[in-house]
Amino acid sequence: MDMYSENVLDRYRSPRFRRELASAALRAHDVNPVCGDDFTLFVQLGPDGRVVDASFTGVGCAISTASADMLCEACIGKSLDELRLLDKDFAYSLLGVPISAVRAKCALLPLKVLKLAVYSHLGQKLLEKEGEFG
Amino acid sequence: MVGLIDVPRVRADFPILSRKLPNGKSLVYLDNAATTQKPVQVIEALSDYYRSYNANAHRGLHALSAEATDAYESARKKAAAFIGASARETVFTRGTTESLNLIAYSWALANLRKGDVIVLSQMEHHSNIVPWQFVAGQTGAVLRFIPITPEGRLDLASLDSLLSCAKLVSVTHASNVLGTINDVAAISRRAHEAGALVVVDAAQSAPHLPVDVSSLGCDFLAFSSHKMLGPMGVGVLWGKRELLDSMRPFNYGGEMIREVSFESSTFVEPPLKFEAGTGNVGDAIAFGVALDYLSEIGGLGAVREHEKQLLALMLESLDSLGAVVFGPSDVHERAGVVSFNLPGVHGHDVASVLDGEGVAIRSGHHCAMPLMRALGVAATARASPYVYNSLDEVDYFIASLKKVKRVFGSGGL
Ligand SMILES: Cc1ncc(COP(=O)(O)O)c(C=O)c1O
Repeated sequence: MDMYSENVLDRYRSPRFRRELASAALRAHDVNPVCGDDFTLFVQLGPDGRVVDASFTGVGCAISTASADMLCEACIGKSLDELRLLDKDFAYSLLGVPISAVRAKCALLPLKVLKLAVYSHLGQKLLEKEGEFG
Repeated sequence: MVGLIDVPRVRADFPILSRKLPNGKSLVYLDNAATTQKPVQVIEALSDYYRSYNANAHRGLHALSAEATDAYESARKKAAAFIGASARETVFTRGTTESLNLIAYSWALANLRKGDVIVLSQMEHHSNIVPWQFVAGQTGAVLRFIPITPEGRLDLASLDSLLSCAKLVSVTHASNVLGTINDVAAISRRAHEAGALVVVDAAQSAPHLPVDVSSLGCDFLAFSSHKMLGPMGVGVLWGKRELLDSMRPFNYGGEMIREVSFESSTFVEPPLKFEAGTGNVGDAIAFGVALDYLSEIGGLGAVREHEKQLLALMLESLDSLGAVVFGPSDVHERAGVVSFNLPGVHGHDVASVLDGEGVAIRSGHHCAMPLMRALGVAATARASPYVYNSLDEVDYFIASLKKVKRVFGSGGL
C-alpha cells in the first residue's frame, strides 16, 4: 500500500503539468495496451537548447499519471543529452515509492514516451543535417 | 429445490485458500474467471497418476499402459457426460483456445470460401476472434459482429440480416467481461435456419451453469479444465459426430493414424483423429476428478444457485458504493463475473489496493479489447467468485473497495 503515497495521490488528483503545449518542438505518444494507459508528452526547448516547459495529456492509472507529471517537472532545465540519459531509476526515484514488478510498466510508460520524443527529435535533426550536405 | 454449496467444507479441500500472502494477509481469491484453484482431490489425482501408473496411453500392451488408457478414456466419458454428449464426440485439447483453433483449421479453412460470412459477437474473448480473422485472411470470408445493447446483452434484432450468407456463427455462452448469459439456443435455431453451423465458447459457462449440448442445439462447443477446478493444459472440443467424421485432422503424427506407408496414411476415427501425439493424460484424468468433485458438492445447479447469492450481494453493494457495473443487473441473466469501475480510479489502482488487502481480482481489458472499445472504456476491474467463495468474502471485498475510495478520496475526481 506504500505505493499510494500522499505525493503520488496528489499528483494523480491534481496534476500540475496536464495540458497541451501546442508549440512544443518535441512530442510523442504511446500506449500500454494491457491497461489502456495512453500518454502524449510535449517538450518545449529554449534558445540554449534546454527544456523550458513540458507537459502531458492522456489517461492512466495513479502511478503512470503521477510519473508523467513528475517527469514533466523534472525535465525543465535539462538539455536533450541529459534527457537522453535518463533511466528507469530516475523515474522510480521521482515517484519515491516502491513499485512492484507488475506495476513497472505503469511507472515507466511516461519515461518511454519522453525518450521517444527525444530520439525522434534527434533523428529528425540528423536527417536535416544530412539534408544540408546532401 | 437444489441444495446450496457447503462452503466451509469445500474450502477445507483447497490448500491454497489457507495460505498467507507475503504481506501477511489471508487470500480472498476472486479471479476465478481467469483460472480457478484446485481441490486436493485433483492435485492428488495428478500426483497419483505420475506415482502409480504413468504410461503412454493407447500405445502399450503392458499393465501400466492399460491403466493409463482406461483412466484417460474414463475421463473422456466424464467430460462428455458433463455436457450431455457422447465420448466419441468429445476431443481432448489444450483448452478453449486450441479447441477453437481446431475448428478454424480443420473445418473452416476447408469449407469456407471468398464471400462466406462468419458471425461473431462484440463480446467475444480474443480467442474467439483472432482465429476467425486468420480464417478470413486465408479464405476471403467476411467477419460480422452481433452488436451489444447498452445493458451488455446481445442485440439480436439484426441477427437475421447478419446471417445472410453466413456459414458459421461462433458466440460465447457467457461473457468473461459482462457476465451476460447469451440465449445460445435461440441463436442456434436462427443460424441453422440460415444454413450456418454454430460454435459455442463455453469457457465461462461450463464452470458455472448446467450446459447441455442438445438443448443448446449447437454444432461445436469448447471449454477449459483450468476454469473449473481442473489442471491447466487440458480442455474439450465437442463436435457433432458427422462433422467430426467429415473434418480433416488438426495435427498429424502418432496416435491418430490407422495405417502408415511411406507414401500415405489413413486416420483413426474421432476423437483420436484429432489427438495426434502423446496426450496430456495425467491432466485429463485429474480434470475428470474435478468434474466428479463438482458433482459431489451438489452439481452445477447448486453451483449456479450459490453464485447467484454471491452475485446479488456483489451487485447490490457495488451499486451502493457508486461503482459503475457493466452487464445486466439481473443475476438470472449473468454468470459469475462482475466487471466494474470506481469513478475516478483506474482499474489497476483498484486491483493494487485490493491486492494489498489480500483480495485477488483482475483489471485490464480481459482479452476483449474490441468489447472494451464498444463499452467506451480502456479497462475495467473484474471480480469473479466460485464455489469456495463466501458471502463474508464478498463483504470483505466490498470493505476493501471502500478503502480504495478512502485512499483516492471521493471528491474532485
Ligand atoms: C470466454 C472465454 N473464451 C476463451 C477463453 C480462453 O480460454 P483458454 O485460455 O483456457 O484457452 C477464455 C479464458 O481466458 C474465456 O474467458
